[in-house]
Amino acid sequence: MADERITMAHGAGGKLSQELMQEVILPEFSNPYLNELHDGATVAMSGKVAFTTDSYVVQPLFFNGGNIGKLAICGTVNDLSMTGAVPRYISVGMILEEGFLIEDLRRIAHTMREMAEEAGVAIVTGDTKVVERGKADGIFINTAGIGDIIPGTSISPHHVKPGMKVLLSGFIGDHAATVLAGRHGLELPDTIKTDCAPLNSLTRAMLEAAPDIAVLRDPTRGGVAAVLNEIAEASHCGVLIDEDALPIREEVRGVCDILGFDPLYLANEGKCIAFVPAEEADEVLAVMRENPYGKDACLIGEVTAEAPGQVGLRTAIGGIRIVDMPLGNLVPRIC
Amino acid sequence: MTAMTKEEERELAKRLVAEIGRMAEGADHKLRFMEVCGTHTVAIFRAGLRQMLPENVELVSGPGCPVCVTPDDYMDKAIAYAKRSDTIITTFGDMLKVPGSKSSLMEAKAEGADIRIVYSPLDSIQVAKDNPEKKVIFLAVGFETTAPTAAATVLAAKQQGIVNLYMLSAQKLVPPALRALLDDPDVRVDGFILPGHVSVITGTEVFQFLTEEYHMPGVVTGFEPLQILRSLYRLMKQVTEGAARIENEYGSVVHAGGSPAAKHATDLVYEPADAAWRGIGAIPLSGLRMREAFKDYDIERLLPLDVPMGKNKPGCRCGEVLRGIVTPKECPLFGKACVPTHAIGPCMVSVEGVCAAWYKYGQGRFSYGR
Repeated sequence: MADERITMAHGAGGKLSQELMQEVILPEFSNPYLNELHDGATVAMSGKVAFTTDSYVVQPLFFNGGNIGKLAICGTVNDLSMTGAVPRYISVGMILEEGFLIEDLRRIAHTMREMAEEAGVAIVTGDTKVVERGKADGIFINTAGIGDIIPGTSISPHHVKPGMKVLLSGFIGDHAATVLAGRHGLELPDTIKTDCAPLNSLTRAMLEAAPDIAVLRDPTRGGVAAVLNEIAEASHCGVLIDEDALPIREEVRGVCDILGFDPLYLANEGKCIAFVPAEEADEVLAVMRENPYGKDACLIGEVTAEAPGQVGLRTAIGGIRIVDMPLGNLVPRIC
Repeated sequence: MTAMTKEEERELAKRLVAEIGRMAEGADHKLRFMEVCGTHTVAIFRAGLRQMLPENVELVSGPGCPVCVTPDDYMDKAIAYAKRSDTIITTFGDMLKVPGSKSSLMEAKAEGADIRIVYSPLDSIQVAKDNPEKKVIFLAVGFETTAPTAAATVLAAKQQGIVNLYMLSAQKLVPPALRALLDDPDVRVDGFILPGHVSVITGTEVFQFLTEEYHMPGVVTGFEPLQILRSLYRLMKQVTEGAARIENEYGSVVHAGGSPAAKHATDLVYEPADAAWRGIGAIPLSGLRMREAFKDYDIERLLPLDVPMGKNKPGCRCGEVLRGIVTPKECPLFGKACVPTHAIGPCMVSVEGVCAAWYKYGQGRFSYGR
């Protein structure tokens, strides 16, 4: 049974579709909302709601410390968390390529269940389609999610003011380095794995300690550089960070040196950047460090009135330079 | 030597900058030091070194980015080979976006050409084995650093009896380019920050002509910001003394004679030949050509193409930028029509290109510091 594969019939809505649902999907995702197997889920919400969606198309599908399913749940949980919400319900849409191993689907679904359980969210509705071989890359997953906004919070770059402190929840670049190394056949020590994790417990604790946190963002695609640039631009403030303060693992630096990347631009899947009023920075840092996903949290810089819209980096040697918006695809360098 | 703490490094950097400034005070002109290597250019910008230096000490970038000095007609040839249905092109990733006279490899790829990014030319051997019905062509560009692995690839292909692997070769040599710069009356430099990686292969002796024939100081330099500052200090010191020596600030890996094994592999496969440099033109014996014994691996000898010589793009001043005659800011296209996402000149394409570094690290756009 281990080598059973997805066929076009699994997506045709007939008996095989039902079997796939009953034998692979439901055993993992089972909950009262989903078990209704109705056209949609009906849920109760308490007040102001956050709503988000994201699609996942990563290659390789499995990498050290995770797989596409982990990304699909954590990504949407984190997007909700960064808006100041408590994530509640998630939808999962999967597009499967004809010939995809059912065992791989099972592994991915199992990881999604584990992550949903950890994050305390329910997968309440979903959909599966199958496309012909060559029309997809194994599996594509879309998740959408809704959550309750934590009362008293208001996350917006417009609240960012000069003097605020910039906090980062831990080491950067681990996820991208893991995936890039996998894609390019580089061997990394087992200690380097994706940082993919649900951050809702972390952000909730931070917001409970300091409801007037101005901005929370997870530096995914485009990395820390993209997030800081977006906030600098939206807030019309400058952001100045310290190279020495950035937590980067030696192994990640090594991958970057070989492939010609800058860790500031690498994607993270379990990190959070917070813009916090200066007087609350110490307390928020302390709260972050109590959470397993924030134990290496640190202060990386501050908001300035100087250089509005720009991000500066104080280099280790004492120079200063701009950190630009990332341009597009990362390509390896020549020598 | 025990490793310095970050504070000690910062302190030393401050002292070096102060010393450089003190020595530069008496100078009768603005002192210009050229970093020849693109990796140095990026390291200098990344560390923010330019802004740390006194007003009358300037760092100028030279022709040390292999993508940048590769002329249009080479790219046109690569694109023409790529468009044939019986070929697979293997290349370093940087080459994809480099504009030829009309299009780029990336556009050819989008139109269906089989172009694959490799991290070492040796990866091309497997591609050739997996596709025996195709001609696999590696785009062999770069300086003394990439030539040995390109040569090793040819040698391995020969040894393994692989008959469908070829090179489209545009290997270049650094010392003849420095000579051409110094012979150019428009170029004015007071000393060279000499390339670290290239020198690992060539050794330092190949640069002796700088002092003997041009009375020009040079320091072989590593890529750490502190090494670059130390080199600048040593160059300043030589200028102040009126001296011209080739010194080595990268002694941990660079030796006078270089790497005999790497040089041997290159010599087996290649011989010096005249080569065209974008923006500089033809420089005698500044490139490498595959020897007669390896002509079967040279795609240009197997399938010669008639491609017209490349023409410069109107307004683009890459040629002068590559010789350190103008800064990117002085080019009318820089940051306007020519940006990394829509590069017109090659110096904006490669991550190690001078214009790309100026743009990325905010020269002329940045309001922190001075």
